[in-house]
This record gives sequence, structure tokens and C-alpha cells, in this order.
Amino acid sequence: MKSLQGTWAIGRNTFTELVRMKVFYFLLIFALLIIGNSAFVAKFSFQEQFQMLKDISLGAMSVFTSLLAILATANFLPKDMEDRTIYTILAKPVPRFSYLLGKLIGILLLLALAIALMTGLFLCVLWLREQGVLAETRAQLRGSSAEEIALAIKEVSRSTFNANLVPGIAIIFIKSALLASLTLFLSAFATSGLFTILMSVAIYFIGHLQATARAYWLAGTDIQWWSRIMAALVALVFPDLQAFNFTDDVIAGAGIPMGLFLQTFTLGILYVVIYFFLAALVFSGREL
Amino acid sequence: MIANRLLAAMFLLILSGGALIPFQQRLATESQAAHLRKADLNLDLRERIGQMGFLAALSGFRSPLAAFLWIEAYTAWENTEWGRMARLFDTVTTLQPRSIPYWENAAWHMAYNASVAALQNEKQPSEALRIRAQRQYFQLGRDFLERGIRNNPDHYLLYRELGVLLRDKFEDHCAAADVFLQAAAIPDAPSYCRRFAAYEMAKCPGREREAYTLGRSIYDQGDKQRMPSLLVTLRELEKKLDIPPADRIKSK
Repeated sequence: MKSLQGTWAIGRNTFTELVRMKVFYFLLIFALLIIGNSAFVAKFSFQEQFQMLKDISLGAMSVFTSLLAILATANFLPKDMEDRTIYTILAKPVPRFSYLLGKLIGILLLLALAIALMTGLFLCVLWLREQGVLAETRAQLRGSSAEEIALAIKEVSRSTFNANLVPGIAIIFIKSALLASLTLFLSAFATSGLFTILMSVAIYFIGHLQATARAYWLAGTDIQWWSRIMAALVALVFPDLQAFNFTDDVIAGAGIPMGLFLQTFTLGILYVVIYFFLAALVFSGREL
Repeated sequence: MIANRLLAAMFLLILSGGALIPFQQRLATESQAAHLRKADLNLDLRERIGQMGFLAALSGFRSPLAAFLWIEAYTAWENTEWGRMARLFDTVTTLQPRSIPYWENAAWHMAYNASVAALQNEKQPSEALRIRAQRQYFQLGRDFLERGIRNNPDHYLLYRELGVLLRDKFEDHCAAADVFLQAAAIPDAPSYCRRFAAYEMAKCPGREREAYTLGRSIYDQGDKQRMPSLLVTLRELEKKLDIPPADRIKSK
């Protein structure tokens, strides 16, 4: 129980520390991006406007949270060592495992808050645009039958909000949590923050090709043995980040089956847990 | 000490990677079955969007890239660069194959705007060549819609647009009837899709009886469905098919 309290305290402190680093200034850029985009695309049809607003907003959410996850996680271990806070904490009866878990919790809280704020902002802009388009539609259809107006309004509403946005945003969160956990694992043995960031970014790109390498490896026909080994290594060592790329389909309005969403979310949680335990294993043997 | 732990971690990483492979494979299969994550990121696309664009597409930023290219296509439209527009639309729809507005608008621009511009092209003195270019743009519009349908078979809108294109530009009423019927079979399709199918079927030689049966079933649904065009079509078919007076629809 005491260990849990300690973990939670570290998590809370990490979160406060990260917030004090003024990381939320990126929200200003996000706001400028989506409000600017929303004004710029006014010349398109309403379907195109909403499509592009979702494209840019969810794409930006994905970029910002991925960057935030990597940069915030990569820096905390070197920073704690530099200002020696890690020694003060670990000198107390706090296991290294709890220390790492607390740090991960703090980062996940930060990611959840960042995503909640961006989602709020995005939904606000989307709602305002929807109201604008609905007012225009009503004005244009003045005098038409009630059925025709209802059909047009339904069409506008269908192009803006759909229930699939929720699983889409949840997948963005779990992907960023995976990246945070992966970066934590790398920083557990890295000697500098820069190395961790570079490695994480490289793994981010390779991870998006893991599915291709896996298919290549498992197909196994007409390929050289050495390229098969390389493909197998990529498939086994790197996470399958393509599995989390539902956002593009969500934006397009495609329905995500609940079973598929839950399985993808579970895969994300499994990755977070695996990378965290590997980080704890390595960090427990690290000389400080 | 850390080296040993690192080795153990790598071993465990590979082990857990192996354990997750069947899970990942199942997810990939289910996603394909649900028509998700279908973008075809190949070398052709790489040539069209450049190295950085391809890297962005590979890294999960397909949709913002598609939005950016769509804006570029709009600029090409303002400058009436039809060929460039077609290439950009092709790229956008490859990046975002599940987006209905992209397919629909790409087809519309090609079949309705570019085709008219090609027919009125003052730089081309030969009328035969202008007509040929117009037909090529009709075909391009049709290709966009057919590819859009292959990627989104569960949405009525692209079927409806293809039906309208076949009716108005290709004047292929038999094919248009079949496409409107396919649209009508999709659960959330508006009721006019069936009516459109009946109108086109009535114009398809040899399918008048089928058209009458379909039109009559719509008529029997009640007053709400009894549109003037439906009544005119049914009356014409009754004459053509020599339907006994007692079985004919009521005349107002």
C-alpha cells in the first residue's frame, strides 16, 4: 500500500513537473492550425470542409501526442540524474520499479490531458463550423418541404460528428502511451536523452513498416534466407504501429467494428506493459 | 550487470514479439475484412508524392497529407489544369481510399467539369478530337467512382453518383438501372434510389416487365412514393406492356 502511495506521489510530481515545463504551449499551435484551417477551407463544399478539418486536426493530434510522448519520456531520466533528484528518491524506501511506474503514470496523465484538451478544442471548432453550415443550409432551403430540410440537416450532421471519432481518439492515446513506454525502455539503458530520442524516432518509422516485414517474412516464398531473417527480426523486435492507424479511416467516416477496436486497444496495452517490464528489468541493474 | 540485463531484455523482447505475431496477424486480417487500412502505399505513389510525402504516409499521416494535396488540387482547378488535377485526385484517393467526398468530387470534376472544358477547348480545332477528350474525361470520372465503390462497397452515395453518370453522360440506362438497384440494396440508402432504378429500367430494352414490377411495388407503398415521374413511367409501361385496365394504377 505504501509502495502504491509512493508510486502515485511520483506520478503526480512528474505530471506537475511536466505541466510546469509549459509543454501545453503546443496547444496554441494546434488551435492556430485548426482554426486557420477551418477559415481557409471555407471555399470548399461542406463535406470537404469537415473532411479536411478532421484530417488536419486528428493528424495534428497524432503528431503532437507522439512527439510529446517521446520527448517528455526521453528527458526525465537524464534530467533527474543531472539535478540528482533520482538519488534523493531512491535513497528512500522506494523500489526502482515504483519510481519508473510513477514516472510512466505521470507521462500517461500528461498525454491524457493533452488529448482531452485537443479533443475539446477540435470538437468546439467542428461544432461551430457545423452550426455555420446548418444556418446556411436552412437559409438556402427556406420554402422547401420539411422532409427535404430534415434530409439536408441529417446529411450535414452525418458529415461532422460520428461515434467513431471516440475510438479513433482512444487509439491515438494508446499509440502515444505505447511510444512513452517504449521510450522509457530505451532511456533505461541510454546514456543520453538525445540517443533515446533518435532511437525512438527511428523505431517509430520502422514500427510503421513492421506489418510489411511480417507479411514478407510469413509469406516466405521466393525470398533469400538472409532477407527472410532480416524481415523476421524487424517483425519480432519492433512494435506493429500500423495496427494503430485507424484514424485515417475514422476521419473518412468508416465504421470501426467494436471487436476490432477492443483488440487493437488490448494490443496497445500489451505493448505498454511489455516495454514497461523490460524497462524495469534493465533499470534495476543500472549503476547510478 | 546491465549488459546481462540488456541481453535478457532483448531475449524477452523477441520472445514477446513472437507471442504477439498471431494477434497482429488476426488484427490485420480483420482490418482488411472491414475494409480498413487499405491504402496501397507502393512505388508508384512514392514517385507521385516524393520521398518526404511517402515517409509521412508511411508514418501514419496519410490523412493530413491527403488534405494538403486536395487543397493543391483545388488550386489546379482554379487554374484549369485538368491533367494535374487528375493526378492529384489519384494520389489523394490512394492515400484516403475510405473517404467518400474525395472519390465523389474527383469523379465530378473529371466527368462534369474537365469534360466540358475539353469539349469547349478552343486550342483544339478538330471536333472529333475534342469529343474524344470529353469521353476520356467521362471515363476518368467513371473510373474514380468504380474504384471508390470497390473501396467502399457499403456506402450508397458512390453507387448513386455512378448511376447518375451512366444515365446522363454515357446514356447506358441498363447499366444505370443495375447500379441504382445496388445503391437501393444498401441499408441507409434513400428511397429514391429504387425509383431511379425503375425509371432507368423502363428505358432499358427488354426489361420493361421488370421495370413495371419494380415501379408498381414502389407505387403500392403509398402516396408518399407516388411521385409524378413514377406515375408517368408506370402509365407508359402499362400501355407498352398492354396491362389489363383493371390492373392499372388509378388515374387521378
